[in-house]
Amino acid sequence: MTAAIELEGIDKSFGSVHAVRGVSLAIEKGAITGIVGENGAGKSTLMSILYGLYHADAGEIRIDGQPVRMESPHDAIARGIGMVHQHFMLIDSFTVLENVVLGAEGGPLLAKGLAAARGELARLSRDYGLTVDPDARIADLSVGEQQRVEILKVLFRGARILILDEPSAVLTPQETEQLFRILGTLKARGVTIVLITHKLREVMAATDRVYVMRQGRMVAERRTAETDPEELAELMVGRKVRFRLDKAPPHRGEVRLKAEHLGLVDRRGVRLLDDISLELRAGEIVGIAGVSGNGQTELLQVLAGIRPPSSGTLTVCGRVIDPLHPGDPAEMRDLGLAHVPEDRQRQGMVAAFRAAETSILGYHERQPFSHHGLLHGPAVGAHCATLMERFDVRPRVPGLRSSSFSGGNQQKLVLAREMAQEPKVLLVGQPTRGVDIGAIEFIHRELVKSRDAGCAVLVVSVELEEILSLADRILVMFGGRIVGEVEAGADERTLGMMMAGAKAA
Amino acid sequence: MKAVRRPLPGPLPVWADIILLPLVNVALAFVTVGIIVRIIGVDPLHALELLVVGALGSPESIGYTLYYATNFIFTGLAVAVAFHAGLFNIGGEGQAYLGGLGCGLAILALDRYLPAWAMIPIAIATAALFGAAWAAVPAWLQAWRGSHIVITTIMFNFVAAALMVYLMVNVLIAPGSMTPQSRNFEPSSFLPAMHGTALNLSLALSLACCFAVWVFLWHTPWGYALRSMGHNPEAAVYAGTDLRRMTMLAMCISGALAGFVGVNELMGVHHRIVLDFPAGYGFAGIAVALMGRNHPLGIVLAALLFGALQQGGAELAFDIPTITREMVVVIQGLVILFSGALVQLPRPWLQALFSPRRPS
Repeated sequence: MTAAIELEGIDKSFGSVHAVRGVSLAIEKGAITGIVGENGAGKSTLMSILYGLYHADAGEIRIDGQPVRMESPHDAIARGIGMVHQHFMLIDSFTVLENVVLGAEGGPLLAKGLAAARGELARLSRDYGLTVDPDARIADLSVGEQQRVEILKVLFRGARILILDEPSAVLTPQETEQLFRILGTLKARGVTIVLITHKLREVMAATDRVYVMRQGRMVAERRTAETDPEELAELMVGRKVRFRLDKAPPHRGEVRLKAEHLGLVDRRGVRLLDDISLELRAGEIVGIAGVSGNGQTELLQVLAGIRPPSSGTLTVCGRVIDPLHPGDPAEMRDLGLAHVPEDRQRQGMVAAFRAAETSILGYHERQPFSHHGLLHGPAVGAHCATLMERFDVRPRVPGLRSSSFSGGNQQKLVLAREMAQEPKVLLVGQPTRGVDIGAIEFIHRELVKSRDAGCAVLVVSVELEEILSLADRILVMFGGRIVGEVEAGADERTLGMMMAGAKAA
Repeated sequence: MKAVRRPLPGPLPVWADIILLPLVNVALAFVTVGIIVRIIGVDPLHALELLVVGALGSPESIGYTLYYATNFIFTGLAVAVAFHAGLFNIGGEGQAYLGGLGCGLAILALDRYLPAWAMIPIAIATAALFGAAWAAVPAWLQAWRGSHIVITTIMFNFVAAALMVYLMVNVLIAPGSMTPQSRNFEPSSFLPAMHGTALNLSLALSLACCFAVWVFLWHTPWGYALRSMGHNPEAAVYAGTDLRRMTMLAMCISGALAGFVGVNELMGVHHRIVLDFPAGYGFAGIAVALMGRNHPLGIVLAALLFGALQQGGAELAFDIPTITREMVVVIQGLVILFSGALVQLPRPWLQALFSPRRPS
């Protein structure tokens, strides 16, 4: 094989964290190379070194056989390397054309640069099948189209090597398929592609060769045709991983949470939730599927009492909440509702607090943590230690700052805190976002255990596979509405269509 | 996405962060001051000696240093409590002024009828009440109307100053007096003071406040909720904290602490209501809190330094005519600059010193 990029003996530490340990790999020219690994395995750091964002402590980068030094992303771009980030870096109020030329305007007079760019953009669109209207405003484009603009931006700057960081995180299954078709075309035109992901299915579908990273090391290299997801998962985690979740049929009990015609309108009058009605019974897991940004976040906020509904009623364990009688998160907790927020780092914990303090967030006024108006330090510490033991949070140091834990361990701590209260209703947003494969298995089993113990569980997730394996019933949200309900075991295609807004039969 | 940045050296050890960094800051300030003093033709070491002796050389000077430090502790705590709630209270000056007005009014109304054991607690409580009330208005405006608390607290300093001038000139002025001050308080309102100095029992009150603030912030569920709001309002809402009410609570405590400056000044020293007694303590409290890392213990240490500078600086101006009163203000200003505004300046150097060297 001819290598477009070779990395040899790349080593990188951040303080005491040895993020990348002597990694070598070769990226084949004109092929799609996947790099997989758990969170914190070092794949993003490795690519950031290649893109000039970080400097390696040791090691060599060769492009087309020539040793190079990457001082900054400018060097990388000059050598034909482009990166498409997970979070788009586009200006919403600009047009596609304006976004594409941003930072490469080609002279002080914009009009000339824009005209030249328009021609170039038309050529790129034609050659690579990347059709986007150059005069459309970014805000009016779908997420999939926005990603195409990001790819165009990179190609416009002359990139022949494309790095994509978790590109499918924000896409519907259909959009993901489209993306892979585009990547196929790019490959056919000789573009070299590096795909960073943790979704094994996509690696199998799109790549020619795959590298597996674990704990900063490159542990394996496989031709995609000669491996399978089970092997890759085992390589990533370092042990056998079971994909199937064993669970018995649900034993449904009484209705614990009931929403009737819930609506939510924000200050500008935008309708975020529209006529949401749902029922959640004891002993079942209801999954809410949908592409990110279709009202799931707001629904969770309303159900958890963080935002009052603008219309409709919500009944939680007998308490009726409507616009005139809003609840608040503390009251909901007292009713027996626990809430694991979607964005745990931002909502579910205080980074500057010690783990012990984070372990009582929301329950800090309860016995035994608080007694006669004073916090009881030993009780809080002991509680935290118990949670850490049960949910295998590492390191097991309640006195350590919450921000010192890795993302996955922070997640587990928050999950542990909410599940340990043995709630009547458990709302979980993105239960395994940012969590390693090994921990996913564990979290899923814990959720099923809660269900079997009679808890009413509502799971919101953008990971379709997760919803499919966890939920007993699935509701699909689109544009702030519930557009369909399917039983467990529905096929992915139907769900995908509903998530994209096609009306369910 | 990670921002484009150079690799950073590791964090400092805790002791270096808490002790070494402030010391380096103060040392830098003194070196700069030394250069300036040299330029105006005074031997820096001689000036330093006068400063230290002036602040700590005799029981009286120590007494004055502690008296000044008392004010700095109150205002430093006031800033720190608000800061832990994520609020920047720049209104310590006005809250101190109103605190003084509060205790003064209580005393003028009651000192002829009440014995000291009743008068003193009532006057202290009124000082807290008035200080809190003066902070409550900006807090309310922030919580319910979204007016930025930095702006409103600053404005309230001016309002407080104008209000006091009006009251002193037109309402509270002692009959027959030419200067705008109230009649003298009765001795029942006097706080026990150290003979020959301004140091009085307020110091004990300030230390009690330090302890109370420490317990409140780190050992009660309300302090916990207050700090969670300061670090991460979204998480605080999730935890069930009412941000508006918590804003009010934090600012009222902050205002009450600042109001105690009035106790130290009026009940401890002046024994009547006068104008301009907050004299910048409210603003200096910001620097004290910054330097003390918003922790009561750190604030006590920083307040002692500021008190010593205040007292020693006054002696210095007295002894060396070329060092004027204004020069002393410059010295204090530089210490505030280095230990307040530029507090992080030496951090990278110290970090480089502490991180293990790698061959490159």
